[in-house]
This record gives sequence, structure tokens and C-alpha cells, in this order.
Amino acid sequence: MSRSEATAGAVTERVQFCSFRVADLLVGIDVQVVQEVIRAQDMRAVPLAPGEIKGLINLRGQIVTAVDLRQRLGLSPREEQEALPMNVVVRHDDEAISLLVDEAGDVVELTDSDFEPVPPTVAPLLQRVASGAFKLDGSLVLVLDVEATVREAAAKADGVRSLASSGRPG
Amino acid sequence: MPESGMDEVVQEFLVESTENLDQLDQDLVALEAEPRSADLLASVFRTFHTIKGTSGFLGFQRLEELSHHAENLLSKLRDGVLELSQERTDVLLEVVDAIRGLLAAIESSGLEDDVEFGGLVASLQRVQVSEDAPSGADGPTSGVAPRSPDPENDGAGAPSGTATTSTESSAAGEDVVVDQRSALADRSVRVDVDLLDILMRQVGELVLARNQIMAHAEAGDDPVLLQTVQRLSLIVSELQEGVMKTRMQPVEHLWAKLPRVVRDLAAQFGKQVALEMEGGETELDRSLLEAVKDPLTHLVRNAIDHGIELPAVREAAAKSNSGILFLRAFHEGGQVVMEVGDDGAGIDVARVGATAVERGLISSDQLSNLSEREITDLIFRPGFSTAQKVTNVSGRGVGMDVVRTNIERIGGTVDLMSTKGKGTTFRIKIPLTLAIIPALLVRCNEERYAIAQASLIELVHLEGEAAREGIEYLGKAPVYRLRGKLLPLVSLDRSLGIDDAPSLDARDSVSIVVLQADNLVFGLVVDGILDTQEIVVKPLGRHFKHIPVYAGATVLGDGGVALILDVNGLAVHAGMGDAVENKANAGKSPEGQNAAMRSLVVLRVGDERRVAVPLDVVARLEEVSSESIELAGGQPVLQYRGDLLPLVRLDELLGERESEPVMALSEPEGPPVEDQAPDDLPVVVYSNGRLQVGFIASEILDIVEDAFEVRRVGAGHGVVGSAVVQGRVTDLLDIDAAVGVAVGDVEAAMREEAMSGVA
Repeated sequence: MSRSEATAGAVTERVQFCSFRVADLLVGIDVQVVQEVIRAQDMRAVPLAPGEIKGLINLRGQIVTAVDLRQRLGLSPREEQEALPMNVVVRHDDEAISLLVDEAGDVVELTDSDFEPVPPTVAPLLQRVASGAFKLDGSLVLVLDVEATVREAAAKADGVRSLASSGRPG
Repeated sequence: MPESGMDEVVQEFLVESTENLDQLDQDLVALEAEPRSADLLASVFRTFHTIKGTSGFLGFQRLEELSHHAENLLSKLRDGVLELSQERTDVLLEVVDAIRGLLAAIESSGLEDDVEFGGLVASLQRVQVSEDAPSGADGPTSGVAPRSPDPENDGAGAPSGTATTSTESSAAGEDVVVDQRSALADRSVRVDVDLLDILMRQVGELVLARNQIMAHAEAGDDPVLLQTVQRLSLIVSELQEGVMKTRMQPVEHLWAKLPRVVRDLAAQFGKQVALEMEGGETELDRSLLEAVKDPLTHLVRNAIDHGIELPAVREAAAKSNSGILFLRAFHEGGQVVMEVGDDGAGIDVARVGATAVERGLISSDQLSNLSEREITDLIFRPGFSTAQKVTNVSGRGVGMDVVRTNIERIGGTVDLMSTKGKGTTFRIKIPLTLAIIPALLVRCNEERYAIAQASLIELVHLEGEAAREGIEYLGKAPVYRLRGKLLPLVSLDRSLGIDDAPSLDARDSVSIVVLQADNLVFGLVVDGILDTQEIVVKPLGRHFKHIPVYAGATVLGDGGVALILDVNGLAVHAGMGDAVENKANAGKSPEGQNAAMRSLVVLRVGDERRVAVPLDVVARLEEVSSESIELAGGQPVLQYRGDLLPLVRLDELLGERESEPVMALSEPEGPPVEDQAPDDLPVVVYSNGRLQVGFIASEILDIVEDAFEVRRVGAGHGVVGSAVVQGRVTDLLDIDAAVGVAVGDVEAAMREEAMSGVA
């Protein structure tokens, strides 16, 4: 992966983002939280888990939960003939979590001036997990708040559980 | 200010001293029981001596001074000039605490100024002169203690101590233990836990690589390679085991502090407590051990504060003056179980309920709807405290809920069993999230799942006809007759939400994994049974924390991921949760039925009376023709499987119908059999393994696995109590009484004899 012109100098806040394509949406994730990007892995589905939890992958002996970003972001589901998703492994609270994306793009370096808040017309689901939008030449990138993305998925999992287990003592 | 190199020395001193102090606590308490043990005295002396020496070297004068005074006292004890009394032990323990305070201050600020112990020094002096004290004056008042100890004490603690008193009472066994302990300390190395984690991950990867190369070598025809790989394999296994062990610690480590805690608390409350510990060698991953530390201490405090009664009260209750506090640890079902219990007063359900209402946790209306068990469970609610007076030990209302939260955070559970007047036991279960366990791999819906071998009882495979015939249904619940006993079945695919799976009786072959959940045996139906393997249990991420059927995941030899099934979780998920949860009561309660939270067969008796019989005593449900019922000595019996089955009419037993000549069975006239075809009587066949009795009901309504608690309401007349089952009041049959009716007469007693041979 090319870490393009990392010389920040004394300019305003410069942040590097990995860019990814998820369905037809471009998303950016802070390079700081990205541990690695790996090709499609064998996925172990987990029955009873919420739909956006695609399953578990074996990352060199470590078991990593994979979150389907398409579903998480409310985008169109993957078609049969589409290429298998790539794993963007992020670290969050000491847990490695894989976010499934369709394609990995470049690392882009951006300054504050490129940043805009998420327009209110964007779907609420996206609003909750996006920390902003960046304007690139010819494209827009939605910046993912990894914390919110992962946390909400977990909260949802809890919700599913508590519904399913209501009536169960303890 | 010390430079950074110095900092490290101080750090090391702090860590080491903290450990030494823990040892001191233990030794001092042990010394009290055995005041003349030369080894213990020498060990205690050595520890103080080391602290004194090092603190002097590092320039912590006050610490040095305090340990010096303690050392003075100890040298007199060691030399036999003074004897260890309770007062002296108290003072020494106080010194240990003060040193802890000093160390804590040093750790946080680097300074030792803000800890006061002037009074303590005075006490130390006092207990040294209270008897004849030849040299009480030499140290106490001097502000600056000598850097090097006086030659008499110097370095020779152990040998001289042993020499002077070894002929006295100290037990030989104790000597050996102490020696081993110090030898071990000399041979151990401190290692960063993070490093251990990294090592373990790497070993995990090594195992995977080994497995791959193994498969490759076995496929090829290079004998040298194969041989080398086999050797490699063996080494890797041993390495894996070794690394695994580095993280395990016996729970003894955790318990080591408790004798002191117990001693102090008992003294504080004026109670007599004997501490019994069992299973201290049970090993648990370090991090888990750390996590249960506080909850455990809290439970111990609670037991002494609330559980064990004052000696006078105990005497009045015909118990020995000294209460017993026991700690037990053992492995069970792939988990580590730790029990903290006492033989004290038990939990006063009424008072708990009253307090909960008073604290506004529930309304009195709600209270009246709660079962005893639910009421006792209220103690785990935040803001609850039953202490009649709030003490500084427990009863601050931050207790049990925190205990439960802490344990649940590491994926464990806390259960409580209490019998009024007999005592209370808390049972903490901690999952083995970081361990290698032998597991059985099964297949379900084309995926592999692992089950801890520890829960496995046996495997049953049914093929063809046997599969289709073998599975029977009680209501909607599938069961299998395993050697005559009904085994409730749970199909894994359904449990996992795979709804399009074929129903159990429509399969060509059925594989049943017979599993032991807490107190309940059930059969898990899987698609296939694959293999056994040693697996490394890995915790699942937060997204799965609340799915009860998984205990974790593991990476298999081929690199694939398998989910590990949680046997208790499966049972709970399948609706048998209450049975599982109630293990304690069912096992311990003198009246097993009182705590009944098991599966029940619900019967209709008479017009609309609902009566329940625990499923686990039911051998079979039969429908018999009323004509086949005969009389034997005035007793209705049935020729059943080549024997005579004594029968009991439940409607008569329960007073729903006047006792009538049994012939009336075939002449329906009373209401109970009115809406029942006369030749179609449902019979519940009870068996206790020794004898069988048939209960004639009016109708078999359902099999339920419901949460309920038996109340004594309506007890008597063949009923042990009643419970709300499926939202309706249901009587629980007094089986002993019912069986008594059937076998009450001589003939039946003889039959019992005969049948014991059959069953």
C-alpha cells in the first residue's frame, strides 16, 4: 500500500485515511486503526448471530469477527457473481475486528479543509457511523467512525440476544 | 530523586516486598496455630530482615525503622526469649499492614512520609517488655536504625532458629512445605504477562504450521521427512503444553490471603470461624484468577459477617461454637467451579423480601408473586443490603451486585444455595477461556462444532428403523429411551436457528451426543460425530457475548474455525434452563421436590385439577384399556411387561373423587372419566429403579420445562405443594405418598422385592 507523501510539515491537521469501496460507496478509515488489509478469507458463519456479523475468520491463529459493512451500512447486498470481500482488520478496544469491503483503494492524506460534516440528507444509518465526508477530485469519501460502527453492531447483537432470551432467568 | 536506574530497583523492591508481605500474613497466622515452629519463625524473621535491609539500602528510613522494631521482637521470639501470644501476633500483623501502607505510598509518590505508625512502634515496644525483656531498650527509641543488622541476627536466621527449637512440636510435614516454598522462590523468574500472551499466540501458530506440514509429510513418501516431522510434532505439543502452563496458577495463590482475612474478621465480629480449603491446586488462567479475587474476598467477608452466627447463637441452635467457612475449587464440565460456603444461618427469605420492599427494589405486590428462589436472588440487586447494622465490612449495599457483575464480566456465573439454619453456599463458575481442552468435534449443517469432553457422557448412533422408531415425543418434546430412562433430546440445528432441518423422526440416521449439563443429562442430536481433538479455547468477540450456546471458538488443525458449544447454554437455550439453574437445590434440598424446577409432566386429574409429576421419575407414558386393570389383593394392578404394575388412581388419591370399587373404572360414571373413552386410560409409569407404579390420570396435558417454584400452599392429601406452571396453578404430586398407597400392602411390598430383580 502506498503511503503517499507523508510529509505533513507545519500545515494544518493532516490525517491519513485508507479508502475502500463498499458497494457503490467510498469510505475512509483512519490509518491509525487499520491493522492490515487482507484478501478474502474462509469465513465461518455463526448461527444465531445478527445478519451483519458475517462470521469468524482465522487470522494467523487469532479468531476475528467479521462485520459485513454492506449490511452494516444498509447498502445493497452482495450478488453471487461479485468478487469476495476483502478484510480490513481494525483494532478496537483490544479486539481485532474485520470490516468487509469490496475493494481497497489508496491511502489519502487530507487536511481539515477537505472535511465536511455529513449532509443531513444522508441515510440515518450512515449518519450514525460516519464522522464526516471528504471531497476528493471527482469523488466523495464517507469517513467511518470505527468505534461507532463496531459498537453499534455489538449493541445490536445484544439487542437480538435480549429479545431471544427474554424470559430466561439470569 | 532517584534516577531511572534506581527507579527500577525500587520497583523491584516494591513488587518483591508485596509478595513477601502476603507470605508474612500466611506465616503469621500459621504461627499462631503453631507458635513454636522454628521454620515459620525463621521465615518471618527473614522476611522482615530483608525488608529492613533493602529499605535501608534504598534510603527509606521510616520503613527501615519499623521493620527494625519488628525484627527485634521477632529475634526474641525466635531465640525463645519471648513466646508468641495473640497480642504479639496482632501487633506483627499490624506492622505488615503498616508496611503495606508505606509501600503503597512509595509506589504512588516515591515518598514514605504520609503514613503514621508511631503508635505501632510503641505497641511493638510494649509487647517486647511486657514479659521479662532483657534488651527491650536497644532499638525502639533510636531514630536512625543501624544500616547493618547486629551480628547476632545477621543472615543466620534459619539455621540458628532451627537449631534452637527443632526439637519442639513443629510438625515434620510443615518443615518440608516451608523448605520447598523457599526453594521454589529461589528458582522462579518474573515474566511479563504480555510476553506470555505473545508466546502463546505464536505457539498456536506453530501448532497450525505443524499440522499443515504434518499433512504434507504424510501425503508424500519421504520417510526421513515424515520421521522428522513426527519428532517436530511431539516437540511442538510439549512446547504448547509448557507455554500454556506458564499462564496457569493454582487458586491457592488467590486463597493465600484469606486465612488472614478470616482471622481478622472473625476477631472483629467476635465469631469463631474455621477455614477449610479444598482443591487449592486447581489451576486457572492468571487473568481469570485476578478477576475473581475481589468477588471471592467479598463472599468470604459476607459469610463471616452475615452467614456464620455468633458462638452463643450457634450453641443455641445445637451447632458447634465454631462456624465452618469452606472454599472449594474443582473442574466441572469444562469450567472451573469455586464454592464459598458456610454452615451458618442461611438466608432468611422473609427478611430479604422485607428489605427489598423497604429499599424500594420491588413492591410488596411483586414480592408476593416471587418464588423463594427469586426472593433470595434479590440480594444480587444493586442497592440491596440485609445487614441489620451497616458494618465497614459488608452491608454497604455495594456488595453482591458487584460480585455478580464482576463474575459475569469474565463470562462466569454466580449461583446461590441457601438452607435456613444450615448455611449458604455461593458457587462461582468460571469458563476456561484460555485453556487447552480435549473436545469432541461434531458436524451440524455442514459446519464443525466442538464440545468439551468433560461434558460428554456417551454417544448413541441410531440407524434406519432404529432412528425412525427410537425418537418419541412427549407433547412436542422429543425423547429417546436410553436404557429405559427418558433422555430429553435437543437438536443442534434447531437450537442454532436452522429451521428447515428435517424433523428428528424423519431422519435416516441420528447421532446423539449424551451430555451432562449442570444437573441434567440431555441428548444433543447432531448430523455426525467427527473426531476428538485437543483444542485451544479462544473467547468470542463482543458481538457474540450474549449468544448462550457458544463457549468460544477454536482454530482446528486444518486452519478452519470451529465454534465451541456451551453445554449449559444449550440446555438453557432449549428451555431446560431452570432445571440447569436449579442444580444446587435439587441436589441439596432434603425435599428434592420442593425446589422443583425440572421438566414436568402435567396431568389433568378429575375435572380440571392440574397435577404435575417430575419428568425424571417418569419411565413411560402409557394408555391402557380399563378392562385390562385387575385386582390383586384389593389393589388395582396391570399386567405390564410380564410383571404386575400396581396402580394408583390419582383422582381418588387427591380426593377429587370418592374411593370406589375399582371395577368402576370400567364403568364410567364419575366426572373424571366421563369425557375420556372408558377403555383409554392414561397411565404415568413411575420408576425409581427399584419399583414401578402406575398413576392413572384423567388426561396427560403436556410436558413443560417452566420456571416455577413449589409453594406449600395446598400441601397434604397427596400433594407436596403447588406452583404456577404455564400461568396456571398446578399441584405437584407427592410421589412418595402416591407410591406408598400402591405399595402399602404386603403383597406390593413383596412385589417390590421381585421387581428389584427386574429393574
